[in-house]
Amino acid sequence: MAEEEYPDVELSDKQKKEIAKWFLLNSPAGEIQYVAKDLRSVLNDERIYNEAAQEAFPLYNKSHIICLEFPDRSGDVLITSYNELDKNEYLDPRTAQVATVNHVKQVCTEVRPAADEELPSPYIEDFRCTLDAEILKYVGEAYPKGICSVYCVNGKDVEGPGSNFELVVVISAVKNSPKNFCNGSWRSVWNIEFKDDMQMLAIRGKIQVDAHYFEEGNVQLDAKNECRDETMFQAPDDCALSITNTIRHHEAEYLASLEESYSNLPDTTFKDLRRKLPVTRTLFPWHNTLQFSLTRDIQKELGIGK
Amino acid sequence: MEAAMGLMRRIHPKQSETALSALLSLLPHHSSDLLSQVDQPLQVLCDVDCGKEFILCEYNRDADSYRSPWSNKYHPPLEDAPYPSSELRKLEIEANEVFAIYRDQYYEGGISSVYLWEDDDSEGFVACFLIKKDGSKTGQGRRGYLQEGAWDAIHVIEVGPEDEGTAHYCLTSTVMLSLTTNDESSGTFSLSGSIRRQMNMDLAIADGHLCNMGRMIEEMEGKLRNSLDQVYFGKTKEMVCTLRPPAEVVMRLPNS
Repeated sequence: MAEEEYPDVELSDKQKKEIAKWFLLNSPAGEIQYVAKDLRSVLNDERIYNEAAQEAFPLYNKSHIICLEFPDRSGDVLITSYNELDKNEYLDPRTAQVATVNHVKQVCTEVRPAADEELPSPYIEDFRCTLDAEILKYVGEAYPKGICSVYCVNGKDVEGPGSNFELVVVISAVKNSPKNFCNGSWRSVWNIEFKDDMQMLAIRGKIQVDAHYFEEGNVQLDAKNECRDETMFQAPDDCALSITNTIRHHEAEYLASLEESYSNLPDTTFKDLRRKLPVTRTLFPWHNTLQFSLTRDIQKELGIGK
Repeated sequence: MEAAMGLMRRIHPKQSETALSALLSLLPHHSSDLLSQVDQPLQVLCDVDCGKEFILCEYNRDADSYRSPWSNKYHPPLEDAPYPSSELRKLEIEANEVFAIYRDQYYEGGISSVYLWEDDDSEGFVACFLIKKDGSKTGQGRRGYLQEGAWDAIHVIEVGPEDEGTAHYCLTSTVMLSLTTNDESSGTFSLSGSIRRQMNMDLAIADGHLCNMGRMIEEMEGKLRNSLDQVYFGKTKEMVCTLRPPAEVVMRLPNS
């Protein structure tokens, strides 16, 4: 089974660090701190662990779009690649603040007001802010614990009509209940290109849903989908409404397709792995297996056996 | 070792092979513990004598060779390799034949192998029943729904010596599975996992060991399949609906 040769020579520190990073980056949603704890004791080398953690945590935090609360609890900031100003600094456009975070501890340590040049122009901010308000309303309705934000990722300094720009809507909902051996995360990222020249908006969405249940076992769900849509370039209010409606529609449709995948499991998909009952629809006749050697002989003679 | 098992419990089932080899290289002195406690996806080899495939595991391995249950020969050939006694081999042949039919009725395809060996400690014997099924549409998925689908089952039964007409049977079963569907409108949907359970029984040996072992395995497989379907998959679905409740629920509970 294990074809791997056990190394006679010790692994190099670099190899150990790579392995440590691999474990951290592949932690299920919400479980990196638990993985880190076990990994530390397996590695038994603080220096290597710390180096691996310094590199892996920022990547994990961004790809899982984790949410950190401000130190004064007045709000929170999402950790994404779209609002990263520096490797420890993340912009919260809603409050126009910049949060300093400790990636490994997964806490926000400090908040400062954002500088003018870190924020979009008033023209862009108008679109961003009205969209943020609509998305906030939608997320509040659809996700019991959803966090969302809208960032400008292209053309944040555009002063007025005539240029293209791009906003990103990020929605993250997390549920961790380690006591029930269950964790999960829903993340969706919607890129909206405002094409001024064509007077239309191109919308691209990526949704990722993970769930992990590990009481006396280890079962994970990974589901992903991508979709595209478009709508007209209008005034900020109307854009915000039509973008939010588009997102609501696609996300509701996706949830319905997830439910359908689950309802197809017992009788179709799972059946291709193992049936609930044998093809004969009765339990296997273990008490009478002699019959099989007879039927086998007949099958062989008729040439229908395997 | 406890921490290593903790990691295995969290890491994605599809990455368990990578995780195990990583742990083996970090903890070479725990390699035998790791190998015996962490179940890995089953591998197969083709028996050169009869052209049939057989499944590899720790129980038919000696050095780097594996014994085929069909020809009873090691692949690649190995001198001085251990074989079951002729009496046990007879039962092994029968078990392989019958289990292949059982497998076909439940799995509509797949590969199975059964290995038996003497248990020196208890004067009884140990049997290992293995099943591997590729249920993908390019494999043996009859219905063609699965982009990818694998089911590996490992059943190890320790059979105690006969005592006043009965014997003690201790069954440890592991199922590892993964299934992925993929289509344009609903994207990629993938569930994977593994669970392990144990069952103990004292049974009259009048029905024969094979009959007793077979019934236990059948019952266990049914339970495992059911709990994967109902409990484990169900829990992940519950999680999805907690993250984003379906529309009807939202309408009923507008303030939640």
